[in-house]
Amino acid sequence: MPAEITRNRYIGAVIMRITGDFTRRLAKNKMSMAGLFVVAALFLTAIFAGYLAPYPPDEINTTNILVEPTRQHLLGTDILGRDVLSRIIYGSGVSLSVGFVAVSISTLIGLVLGAVSGYYSGIVDRIIMRFVDIMLCFPSFFLILAVIAFVGPSIWNIMVVIGITSWMGVTRLVRAEFLSIREREYVQAAIAQGASDFRIIFLHILPNAMAPVLVAATLGVASAVLIESGLSFLGIGVQPPDPSWGNMLTEGKDNIEIAWWLSLFPGLAILITVMGYNLLGEGIRDSLDPRLRQ
Amino acid sequence: MGLYILKRLLLMIPVLIGITIISFSVMKMAPGDPTSLLTDLNPNMNEEAVKRIRAHYGLDEPWYVQYGKWLRNMLMLDFGKSFAADNRPVIDKIFERIPITLLINLLSMILILGVAIPIGVMSAVKKDSLFDKGTTVFVFLGFAIPTFWLALLLMILFGVKLDWLPISGFRSLNYAQLSLPEQILDVAKHLILPVFVSAFGGLAGMSRYMRSNMLEVIRQDYITTARAKGLDERTVIFKHALRNALLPVITILGLSVPGLIGGSVIFETIFAIPGMGQLFYQSVMMRDYPTIMGILVIGAVLTLVGNLLADLFYSLADPRIRVAG
Repeated sequence: MPAEITRNRYIGAVIMRITGDFTRRLAKNKMSMAGLFVVAALFLTAIFAGYLAPYPPDEINTTNILVEPTRQHLLGTDILGRDVLSRIIYGSGVSLSVGFVAVSISTLIGLVLGAVSGYYSGIVDRIIMRFVDIMLCFPSFFLILAVIAFVGPSIWNIMVVIGITSWMGVTRLVRAEFLSIREREYVQAAIAQGASDFRIIFLHILPNAMAPVLVAATLGVASAVLIESGLSFLGIGVQPPDPSWGNMLTEGKDNIEIAWWLSLFPGLAILITVMGYNLLGEGIRDSLDPRLRQ
Repeated sequence: MGLYILKRLLLMIPVLIGITIISFSVMKMAPGDPTSLLTDLNPNMNEEAVKRIRAHYGLDEPWYVQYGKWLRNMLMLDFGKSFAADNRPVIDKIFERIPITLLINLLSMILILGVAIPIGVMSAVKKDSLFDKGTTVFVFLGFAIPTFWLALLLMILFGVKLDWLPISGFRSLNYAQLSLPEQILDVAKHLILPVFVSAFGGLAGMSRYMRSNMLEVIRQDYITTARAKGLDERTVIFKHALRNALLPVITILGLSVPGLIGGSVIFETIFAIPGMGQLFYQSVMMRDYPTIMGILVIGAVLTLVGNLLADLFYSLADPRIRVAG
């Protein structure tokens, strides 16, 4: 079918042009490149933690406790003589995985509810939107803590709980996109041709609604990392002796009068990570926003 | 106006019901039920006794009956008795702690408004200036800093190294012996760091928001008109532009309520301030379920009230809302 091939070639060319355009603009954006660099560095650190860390993260050395940063221990040691730098390196895996799993869950929920809400409108839409309003009434930290209190603290529970308490923004976003895209000619044409709802939602509307979702997901990872570190700091997240940046800061707080390095460095790691995701997210937004095109 | 308020109040009812349903389902998420604490490790328990205990607490009834009873108690502000050693009614424990949390949140809102609005206006008026670029960096920091880490750093700097400010508690041990002005000064000193920390995230968000608002307003035709008729720039910015850019701030303040209340868990725990957030944290650590449920519901209701107040203020400030809505 030559016509089919021509059409596919044409679509391919259009996609190439759009993504090429997007990639080029993303690459020109200095902020987003900085963000991408940080995120990539975080990935590599988490994957190669075993090779990068100078010491095992839980190697206790009682003759070497609370050492200030030196050449042997670049970021000092903690109350059990464990190397802070090594623990920060191993802790990167926690931040990475919590961010990704939590955001995958919330984005999935948001996509489904937002798509249903925006496509079908009417009573379904009203119920879902009211549900969103109600969920937004809960101070999210209260809701998360309450659920954790009932189901118990563990890294898996935290990922799931952050995911199921942070889907509201994506839902609203997807709904708004669906409301506007549904009225476009090509969707109307598909409806007129008798395409199934499933086909229209997933093939015609969803791909065109993904851009803002991508931005929201990137920024969502940043906030999930922040929430996880807060929970671990309070002792309700990742449990010691497993290192996470949040629970390392708890030790910092307990030794606040004598060991400043325990408080400074893990927090710096959180700050840089969150900033990386934020910069990347903002960069993607700028690169996708057609209004900013020259 | 009266009709508008009535309408808003009626709209709150389904949301309130939704809040209680979600809270109730959170409670039902726990594996097992509250009686397992009593029964699981008790060798004298037989099936008959477990049944009796479950019946005593009404746990053998279908969930909607349980929910109905629970809801009725909620409406009468009866949250049951705390599981903690003091065994006091939950509602008393919560109410004695709410004023402190509200005071801190109110102060940090004032701080946010007082600092973020001038910053936002300045960076919009002098767009792309050094000041604007500086605040952009500050805003990115504000979004990325974990507040509890900021609190730790400030405690190290002002509490440990410089020894200027106390780092924990709401008042000093010798508070009762101080004269009134000294007492006020004492509380103020204790509150500086907590208020600043709880406001920090909001500062960044609000100044960013104010900036984009201002930029939007300055582009409008009526601003061009004001300039065209020869008004000086100060009048244009502060009288014509600022007023219109301020309107949406009311809504944003309302929306920031849940974040502030939720954040109180972290900074009240760090600074050992006896507010609702600290109570919540302690209850979570002790699995004091009645108190957890009580604070969860009250926190959501406070948010709802905050949003309602914001809407009412908005309709006062902008007649278009109450006419159209």
